[in-house]
Amino acid sequence: MSEPKMTMAQALNTALRDALTADDAVVVFGEDVGALGGVFRVTDGLHRDFGERRCFDTPLAESGIVGMAVGMAMNGMRPVVEMQFDAFAFPAFEQVTSHVAKLANRTRGALRLPMVIRIPYAGGIGGVEHHCDSSEAYYAHTPGLTVVAPATNADAYGLLRAAIESPDPVVFLEPKKHYFAKEEVDVGAGVPPIGRAVVRRPGADATLIAYGPSVPVALAAAEQAATEGRDLGVLDLRSIVPFDDETVAAEVRRSGRAVVVAEAPGFASVASEIAARVSERCFHHLEAPVRRVTGFDVPYPAPKLERHFLPGVDRILDAVDTLHWEDAA
Amino acid sequence: MTADPLAQAITVARALEETGELVEGVPAPDTGALVEGYRRLVLARRLNEQASALVRQGRLAVYPSSRGQEACQVACASVLGDGDWLFPTYRDTAAIAARGVDPVEVLSMLRGDWHCGYDPVVHKVAPQATPLATQLLHAVGVGHAARLRGEDTVVMALCGDGATSEGDFHEACNFAAVFAAPVVFLVQNNKYAISVPLARQSVAPSLAAKAIGYGMPGVRVDGNDLVALDHTLGEAVARARAGQGPTLVEADTYRMESHTNADDATRYRTDDEVAEWVGRDPLRRVQTYLRAAGALDDAREDEIAAVAEEMAAGVRAGLGAEAAVAPEELFAHVYATPTPQLVEQRAGLRTELAFEEA
Repeated sequence: MSEPKMTMAQALNTALRDALTADDAVVVFGEDVGALGGVFRVTDGLHRDFGERRCFDTPLAESGIVGMAVGMAMNGMRPVVEMQFDAFAFPAFEQVTSHVAKLANRTRGALRLPMVIRIPYAGGIGGVEHHCDSSEAYYAHTPGLTVVAPATNADAYGLLRAAIESPDPVVFLEPKKHYFAKEEVDVGAGVPPIGRAVVRRPGADATLIAYGPSVPVALAAAEQAATEGRDLGVLDLRSIVPFDDETVAAEVRRSGRAVVVAEAPGFASVASEIAARVSERCFHHLEAPVRRVTGFDVPYPAPKLERHFLPGVDRILDAVDTLHWEDAA
Repeated sequence: MTADPLAQAITVARALEETGELVEGVPAPDTGALVEGYRRLVLARRLNEQASALVRQGRLAVYPSSRGQEACQVACASVLGDGDWLFPTYRDTAAIAARGVDPVEVLSMLRGDWHCGYDPVVHKVAPQATPLATQLLHAVGVGHAARLRGEDTVVMALCGDGATSEGDFHEACNFAAVFAAPVVFLVQNNKYAISVPLARQSVAPSLAAKAIGYGMPGVRVDGNDLVALDHTLGEAVARARAGQGPTLVEADTYRMESHTNADDATRYRTDDEVAEWVGRDPLRRVQTYLRAAGALDDAREDEIAAVAEEMAAGVRAGLGAEAAVAPEELFAHVYATPTPQLVEQRAGLRTELAFEEA
């Protein structure tokens, strides 16, 4: 029997709905999340069904939203706040880096902040300049934050439930180009642990390491490579922090080659960190240097130039071609 | 109190004149309660002096003194109930002590032990905020959460004049007003943000006047007048508790010392200006009033001084001892469960420590 098909927005909505039902301490707030149901409809119907106390609009001020969430989490609530777009989360950056990430440590664990900051992130939607950023490096670089990026609709459901249940603050990055794509989602599959990567496709020749919106691109590249006789595996990190060194190293040791795929500019990026970790841990198993296929080190481009910026199948396969393959002859 | 919101936000409310005489028309305060208030002022002053002395002796790294602001420090704590919350800044050590937290625990942060030396949950006192105005939003969140659960908690949120220029001050005032959050914002306008004078922060008619734009009451009060502060803050707390929303209180006061020991106030203000504020000392004003009212004599003063000395001796003893730090604690609180990466780094540090000890 197949599970019902839902979009990622619906999967996230279902997760919020189930969390609001399961725990009276959960509250959802942000900009336009009330009557409108969010600009991406992720909070659709929550205000109607759970009331003003559980799901409400705030003034248009992101530092205010995150700062208020900190206080509510200090006082027994589990706030789930929405930043309307990735770049609109930047006004809240001081709250995130100075307090959300640090309050538990500052107070020796006396004040933990069970809160989730949902951020629609990354590009591929033909959006304007400030609607397409991949901002994960800023958050991943800040100790105290958990950083999660689902790639599938089932993970969007499961990881959001796990994020809301986490005792630690979670930055939850939602690949916005997947909001409206339908997939089967088994909401009864249980909550996956945060911090575990998953092998989306086993592959003997090389491992593509990706997260969030880059996972389907990596899978497409592996599909294409298979027609050309190359067996590429795809690893979906799901969680950037904590990072699953164990699964990543195991896969790369098996295949001996690795390409990291991510949309964000590559310089000083999460992709760079992954490449460094793989090199440190798997050096004697590697047949070739670890390659990164990332966005260029430029500001997010205008829609007509977007396809040249985003890592695509061809660019991934070009990188795979450089992995010191022995000549068959 | 006046019915005109702007006049209320600009006119400095006062109960005791600088001379210690009761302002005409103000009802006489309960002298028993005021003696207790005076005792707390003396303790706060002694704590400021003792902490500054410990900096000079090298026992504390730094101390931002609230000398001159003791009436604000005492009043903001004494108007709160046990279930209420206090959100202090780095300059509000005396307020935290007035709330009942052991000053040794508070000051251990400045000895370098950890970033917060007391348990904020037990005392309902947030960690002292170093970034400006960010804590005001947390105060709004604590208050709003309480309201959602139907609790009558009130939150006292402190900041200085410089912090009113920050974006988070604006967002906190606006959020509090929109959600009718039970928050009292107390701005201790001590006239300087390190070296930058008030005139460079704002040309508003007063800082309290900003409240009008948010749709909440703004009240300006003499920040060196304990009786007026008790009254103004007490009313604001009562409003908040009754569900009538936030109040912005501006206390007109003065930072008698430099920003910290690392600062040199002679570079940006005159001795004459400081001398003028010596004449407005918050302790002497209450002392003069109580002595004239026959509620305070030498014997009672000696008792209070002895209590203050005992407190100071406890601070010296508590902070004189070197506190043992546990290097592995670096990894203990970052996450509820340390990540595999932190576990690995902790093991590395453990190895280093073993070599150090060997």
